[in-house]
Amino acid sequence: MLGEGILKGMAETAKNFFGSYFSAARMTTVEYPEHRIAPYEAARVFPFLVFDGKDWQAGMRCVACQICEKECPPKCIFIEKSKDKKPDALGKLQFYPARFDIDISVCMSCQICVEVCPFEAIKMDTEFELSTDDRFGGLLLDRKQLAKSNQYYRKIHPAEAAGVDAKLAAEKVKADAKAKFTAEAKIAAIAGEGA
Amino acid sequence: MSIAETNTEKFEGWNRPAPIKLEGEGELLEVAMGPHHPSTHGVFRMDVALDGERVIRLRPVFGYLHRNHEKIAEGQSYLASMPYTDRLDYICPITNNWAYALAVEKLAGQEVPERAEYLRVILGELTRYQNHASSIGFLIQEMGATGTPLMYAFREREKILDLFEELTGARMMVNYMRFGGCRVDASPGWLDRTRKVVAGLTKFTDEFDRLLSTNEILMARTQGVGVLRPELAVNAGVTGPMLRASGVNYDIRKVDGYGIYNRFNFRVPLGDHGDVYDRYMIRLLEMRESIGILQQALREIPVGPVMSPTARIRGFRPKRGEAYGRIEAPKGELGFYLISDGGPNPYRYRVRPPSLINLTVLEDMCLGVNVADVVLIFGSVDIVLGEVDR
Amino acid sequence: MKTVEEIKAMIEAAVPGAVVEIAPNPNPALPHSLRIAPDHAVEVAKFLRDDEELKLDYLSNVTGVDWPESLEAVYHLYSVEKRHGPLVIRMHTENRTDQVELPSLTPIWRSAEFQEREIFDLYGIVFTGHPDLRRLLMWEGFKDHPMRRDYVEPDDFEYEPTAHDEVLKRAQAHKDSEQRTVNSGQ
Repeated sequence: MLGEGILKGMAETAKNFFGSYFSAARMTTVEYPEHRIAPYEAARVFPFLVFDGKDWQAGMRCVACQICEKECPPKCIFIEKSKDKKPDALGKLQFYPARFDIDISVCMSCQICVEVCPFEAIKMDTEFELSTDDRFGGLLLDRKQLAKSNQYYRKIHPAEAAGVDAKLAAEKVKADAKAKFTAEAKIAAIAGEGA
Repeated sequence: MSIAETNTEKFEGWNRPAPIKLEGEGELLEVAMGPHHPSTHGVFRMDVALDGERVIRLRPVFGYLHRNHEKIAEGQSYLASMPYTDRLDYICPITNNWAYALAVEKLAGQEVPERAEYLRVILGELTRYQNHASSIGFLIQEMGATGTPLMYAFREREKILDLFEELTGARMMVNYMRFGGCRVDASPGWLDRTRKVVAGLTKFTDEFDRLLSTNEILMARTQGVGVLRPELAVNAGVTGPMLRASGVNYDIRKVDGYGIYNRFNFRVPLGDHGDVYDRYMIRLLEMRESIGILQQALREIPVGPVMSPTARIRGFRPKRGEAYGRIEAPKGELGFYLISDGGPNPYRYRVRPPSLINLTVLEDMCLGVNVADVVLIFGSVDIVLGEVDR
Repeated sequence: MKTVEEIKAMIEAAVPGAVVEIAPNPNPALPHSLRIAPDHAVEVAKFLRDDEELKLDYLSNVTGVDWPESLEAVYHLYSVEKRHGPLVIRMHTENRTDQVELPSLTPIWRSAEFQEREIFDLYGIVFTGHPDLRRLLMWEGFKDHPMRRDYVEPDDFEYEPTAHDEVLKRAQAHKDSEQRTVNSGQ
């Protein structure tokens, strides 16, 4: 019969249309912004700098090694090292970034900066509603806007943050044990000299 | 020089179509289709010279999206070019990443662990499925179906993109492959969700088939239109579903057997006529074959690492020399040709774009047809401007 | 498929006068390539395509390369019928400035049509015998060849203030000079 194919196709369309009143699988539209889907844990939008504790300047993990600046493909990270040093979580004195700007109009969310950072200092954020009407300065985030706490990191990426915390805790245990070993060796050496 | 005045005397032995003889007087109507056009899959222009509704000459013009990706890659390291390959054929970022990772792994002599190979196959076939579904959807939309089959295809595509986001962090620009494996491992939860999605894909493919394949309007508009002879297809370097629709059995997954494709049983569908309907049907059949490969891979995936222990992220300097790595991307043969001088940056980085080379025969297929069919033939080539222009 | 040395011998036997060398590839990823002199290149290509044992009927990729002394075109050949490959052949130009012609292989393999146009556009190699040699990706009327290593980008574009200071300074220099000419013209 001529038109049989068209009728079969229309039956499919009718099944989808009427089915959308009954099954959620056929009615998949989410009416943003009234309803939002929670982002996946692995979702990545733009980078942010992690700090431990309450003070974002004292607790910032970044030591301005500039590896992320070199590896960034579109070169959207701008870092200036500080002149003085501050102690990090293990007590060692490190540089810190006096200027750390990311141009998010250039950033392509490739996450290579996160992969190459040796200090777990830069991670990916999930916030994407960042539009602004200042098209020149509004999209250049400085280090104060980029600094977010470790609690925030745990909230947006729980499993990843748990892994990072475990790794840093293990490093701290190792560093403490080494410090204790060197201290004991020094005491033994002095005692040995005295005897 | 306007297109109507272009010399139509062709070079001897050059395999070009014979010019159409015109009777009567008058001028040809020159129409520029594009670059702002809803059906040109991007910023693409076709200068057509028409006699009434019949196409006498057609000249494709592109370069509107040229970003000189090859020169950018010469100025940065091998790893930094990986996110840029996402943006070549932006509908299928996984296969672009895979082709580039394959070429660099050949250059550096890098091994890939087995679980990573299985993950690559799973993601690659998911990409192929969603690309073919979208391509059919866009083709039907250009025929006037105002988006319904396209939206059904996109509904399935959303499920696949959700899987990508859960695994890699981004829906489209995944940046997932690395030289020596994959960036992150897939959790068992992800594999279960993938199995559920794949189980639903068979039902969707059947629905899609019932909706479209016997539709009389579709058959009348596409059968016999845009015929491509197999000898011309091979000589013009056409690859992918377009080549197989003309009846030539050349699928790089079977010929080269890159990765672990030798372990999977899948058939290669071939067409008889080489027209637009055959290309549509080949894509539908390849969608079914992809489901078969996915089910087999999801059953057999082993546990293990996903990155080779000898892989380096920073300070990666492959050996001097050249390498050419090619895969069967959903659009055709995607190849990367790399020349290394031993330094951290490539000396020459070349992308072999399937969409550009498939366009070589666009004029041949479009001569003598009505202007309305030009849009269909162009849609059946299935190009993406990010790849044509790089 | 035969080895590169055997193919070289076959070419020299079939096309007398053809000068074929083996260009070694230090990396084991690809076999060594054949460097062909431009004089008899079209006949060599026809032999490679039509010979019964080789039947290299599919030209996969044409690449342009910019070396310090010359420009080069590299062709990757495969066979769809025999399912073997690749064979890599290359042709060098005389120098980079005035003698940049090479014969076009488009009459043998149609897939070279757009790719040779792209090499003409981006590198400047003129392919003699190409039926339609125009720029492909850049617009007609564009000067210079962007993929060459000594290409200098024009900086008189309209730039917005960006965080990239050197780019801004170069664009700013043009804006100031334009401003001065506009004012003096009034």
